[in-house]
Amino acid sequence: MEILATALPELGHAWALILQPVVLGYLVLGVVMGLCVGVFPGLGGIAGLSLLLPFMFGMEPVYGLALMIGMVAVVPTSDTFASVLMGIPGSSASQATVLDGFPMAKNGQAARALSAAFASSLFGGLVGATFLTVFILVARPIVLAFGLPEMLMITILGLSMVAVLAGRIALKGMAAAGLGLMIGTIGEADAGGSLRMATYDIPYLTDGLKLVIVGLGIFAVPEIVSLLRQDRSIAKGASLGAGWFDGIRDWFANIWLSVRCSVIGVAVGVIPGLGGSVVDWIAYGHSVQTTKDKSNFGKGEVRGIIGPESSNNAKEGGGLVPTLLFGIPGSGSMAIFIGAVALLGSGDIEVGPGMLKDNLDITYSIVWLLALANVVGTILCIAASGGIAKLTTIRFTYLAPFLFMLISFAAFQSGQNFEDLLALFSIGLIGIFLRRFDWSRPAFLIGFVLSNPVEKFTNQAFQIASFRFRKSFEEGMDYIFSPIVIVLIIITVVSVVLGIRQAKTIMAEGDVQSGSKRAPLVFLLVIMAYLITALVNANMIPDYNMTDKVIPLVIGGFSLACCAILLVQMMRRPEGDVIFADKEVAGEDADAPYGLWSTLAWFAGLIAATWIVGFILALIGFLITFFRVRAGADWRMTLILTAAGIAFMCLMAGALNRDFPPGLLQSAVDLPWPLK
Amino acid sequence: MTVSVFTRRAVVSMIAAAGLAAPVAAEVDFSGKTIEWVIPFSETGGSAKWANFFAPLLSEELPGQPTVVVKFMPGAGSTKGANWFQEQKHDDGTLLFGTSGSTQFPYLLNDPRVRYEYKEWIPVMASGTGGVAYLNAEDGAKFDGSANNLKDVDFIYGSQGATRLDLVPLLAWQMLGMNVEPVFGIKGRGDGRLMFERGEATIDYQTSSGYLGGSVPLVEAGQAVPMMTWGALDDDGSIVRDPTFPDIPSFKEVCEATEGCETSGDQWDAWKAFFVAGFPVQKLAFLPGDTPQDVVDTYTAAFQAVIERPDFAEISSKRVGKYPVFVGDGSQAALETATSVQDGAKQYVLGWLKDAYGVELN
Repeated sequence: MEILATALPELGHAWALILQPVVLGYLVLGVVMGLCVGVFPGLGGIAGLSLLLPFMFGMEPVYGLALMIGMVAVVPTSDTFASVLMGIPGSSASQATVLDGFPMAKNGQAARALSAAFASSLFGGLVGATFLTVFILVARPIVLAFGLPEMLMITILGLSMVAVLAGRIALKGMAAAGLGLMIGTIGEADAGGSLRMATYDIPYLTDGLKLVIVGLGIFAVPEIVSLLRQDRSIAKGASLGAGWFDGIRDWFANIWLSVRCSVIGVAVGVIPGLGGSVVDWIAYGHSVQTTKDKSNFGKGEVRGIIGPESSNNAKEGGGLVPTLLFGIPGSGSMAIFIGAVALLGSGDIEVGPGMLKDNLDITYSIVWLLALANVVGTILCIAASGGIAKLTTIRFTYLAPFLFMLISFAAFQSGQNFEDLLALFSIGLIGIFLRRFDWSRPAFLIGFVLSNPVEKFTNQAFQIASFRFRKSFEEGMDYIFSPIVIVLIIITVVSVVLGIRQAKTIMAEGDVQSGSKRAPLVFLLVIMAYLITALVNANMIPDYNMTDKVIPLVIGGFSLACCAILLVQMMRRPEGDVIFADKEVAGEDADAPYGLWSTLAWFAGLIAATWIVGFILALIGFLITFFRVRAGADWRMTLILTAAGIAFMCLMAGALNRDFPPGLLQSAVDLPWPLK
Repeated sequence: MTVSVFTRRAVVSMIAAAGLAAPVAAEVDFSGKTIEWVIPFSETGGSAKWANFFAPLLSEELPGQPTVVVKFMPGAGSTKGANWFQEQKHDDGTLLFGTSGSTQFPYLLNDPRVRYEYKEWIPVMASGTGGVAYLNAEDGAKFDGSANNLKDVDFIYGSQGATRLDLVPLLAWQMLGMNVEPVFGIKGRGDGRLMFERGEATIDYQTSSGYLGGSVPLVEAGQAVPMMTWGALDDDGSIVRDPTFPDIPSFKEVCEATEGCETSGDQWDAWKAFFVAGFPVQKLAFLPGDTPQDVVDTYTAAFQAVIERPDFAEISSKRVGKYPVFVGDGSQAALETATSVQDGAKQYVLGWLKDAYGVELN
């Protein structure tokens, strides 16, 4: 009560701060800038915030906050465009949205999917803010109750979603997740700095692979290539079925799902160190488990969009708790946000433990500015969705080159290395084959995303637990099996049991026909070869760096065991068994007028040309050749489209101060931007 | 952006331009550029605060007022980022790199992961800091200015690695006869503090800025008890109380009061040598080795202008503590101090790392 008595006047003060015309003006400005940045996959809030940072020094605090929050808040909303319309996961917040959003777009229901997503986002944001207003007052002890064993269990709960998404052959799903985990360990280990499947001679690998590249490679590249081969529009028959109003009705019909997923979003977002990587998978898993008829998931089930989208905006609100109360940012953009807050005004606002005591009104302003930004951003997005959805009716051959352009640029932004493009291509190849042979791509991505948390939390929790056990057995047991951990274990077990039972009905890749033994068998052997190499490599790490080798050894061994069982099954079962699923046997891919390799060669060509003449010159050549040769466009059309593409690229990159991948030409000759 | 900011920035840059010394080349102009200040740590630690504090000030003083963005490249206790910086060439002067004691130490200890050479980089600014160790409330009650009552307590400490800056606290605690078990693999001192707040770690230390921002509220709430600072160097090179924390005893005082802890001999010399390399000159800002002189001079002049701001003492004491900032020749001398340790001290520490943590660096 006493807390509330002090909080209410501060809440009122916060609203008085927010509801000034100037503040709202800054908020809308931030939102519009955020939307422009957010539709660009892979850039997100970090690029936008960096742009604003220099203006923050000495700025009136609430103006600066409105501008920054407006920008940060809409990024998880606006990147929904890319995930629904193009199957491109723009950030970790929209990974799960791709699973059902993109199939809906293919069914001609893009506008419906988008507006359902936006309505859920808006609602999630508001639920999050309401929850936070009360929760932030009592959050500290609750957040501190989440120690390493608890965080490890939440990560494992996230991993257990693999069970739901494993597909028809559970072993394949587990092996795919294991492979994702192993790919995630590539590079220098956090604990001891040992190298895993990397060498200092290839510095790029020591950094490990970035989520943006893996997300684009696993989801976007296979879809783009497949659609391009079929030479049609994204929406079958180039017609739009349902409109944006249907999406809002869908959301309203599932409002309780939306409420539950919003709460999941806030609750997981609150825990520092986990961030957005698990939230949308847990929400997706929850959506699947609470739906009676599961047969549509992966093929365009609107509940599969409402769940993750409700949670990811709520998560942004939850993420404010560790940021504001502990000074520990939940994401890269929150880190810049912390830095920027210190610059505002006279520099008195110090994010950290003092925030609640000294600046409760500012804290509330931040929470509700975030909610308000969600409202503004969503309204703008819904208004735009009907028009933007028409993109899905365009013949895909005219869209594909622009998508190759976008994903290459997005991949390059993650590390500013030419190798980013090579990595995108290589992961894209893995994605294409995972898709072709019906190995669960979501499972692979979950494994990759959770690789680092699993390793970190396991090692550290193990160390602390062993100290506690040395003191006394009870103390060790108390530490590992806290009430929270026990609850999480129960949830995990239930969700795995339910998940395995349901997995067979959820076919993320659709109904894939089976064919001969040879191709699926070769793919399995290639994966096994990689796993064996990685195991041998991990085993070479000296024993004093045990923390760096134990996880790769255990996970690698487990995945290899899964693969070995699969191998035995493949040898025993007859051709045509479901285990030999192969998209090239029958269906859209098999009937496509263009072959896989000739289509992929266009993308490879763009990358190779970039290596020689740099991105922009390569892009000009690529666009012209593609439109002339593959699309069969006349010269006028070709030149207009090429010019538009290049102009768009330069405009965005110029405004955001970004460079393009340079090539051999650039290292020899000094060229002006954007050619350099 | 308000008009007043524009005006103020214009005025500030005019003053700065007028006050700059002759060697500043007028050709170097960063208008419209973005300067990336890469920090090889996560967003939560002291180095992040340090760079975020200087970045906007630097932005105002550099010709053309470029945007200065702090980028984080954490990993392997900062050797990852430093190895990356070693590969970077001068391009257009828009890359700045910040190191900390955790980058200096592996270099001093000939860590095999180190692929960087400090002597090839050009320092443009250096600043010192201090560090404060603190205990949980329960064990803090037993602390009486000496560690005599703490010797049979088992402490847990969230550590970035024994070969990092954490070497100084770990060695100090061992010299006091305390039993501190490190949990390795955290990514910044902010994460260590969180582990302490959760009760998983029972002892912690923060550099001054981290302590001021995150730990003082814990002390005020009675959840933490300050134990000691590492101290500061006076002009004669002896260790005195840290001027930022005049009320907290230095390690030297605690050591003198504790049975079995000596403030002379090999062990003490080794500790002091690594303390000097890690704290009084803890953080340095570098340009790539092949940077032309005019660009170096531009940065030197800009940093000089930053520390000559009339309000610098005030705003810096709040954010990064009251410690000297070295620019130009001063930063070169500071680099010498930070990267040279007598061979005896080095050998002692290498032997201790092997005995205590099984770490062999070769």
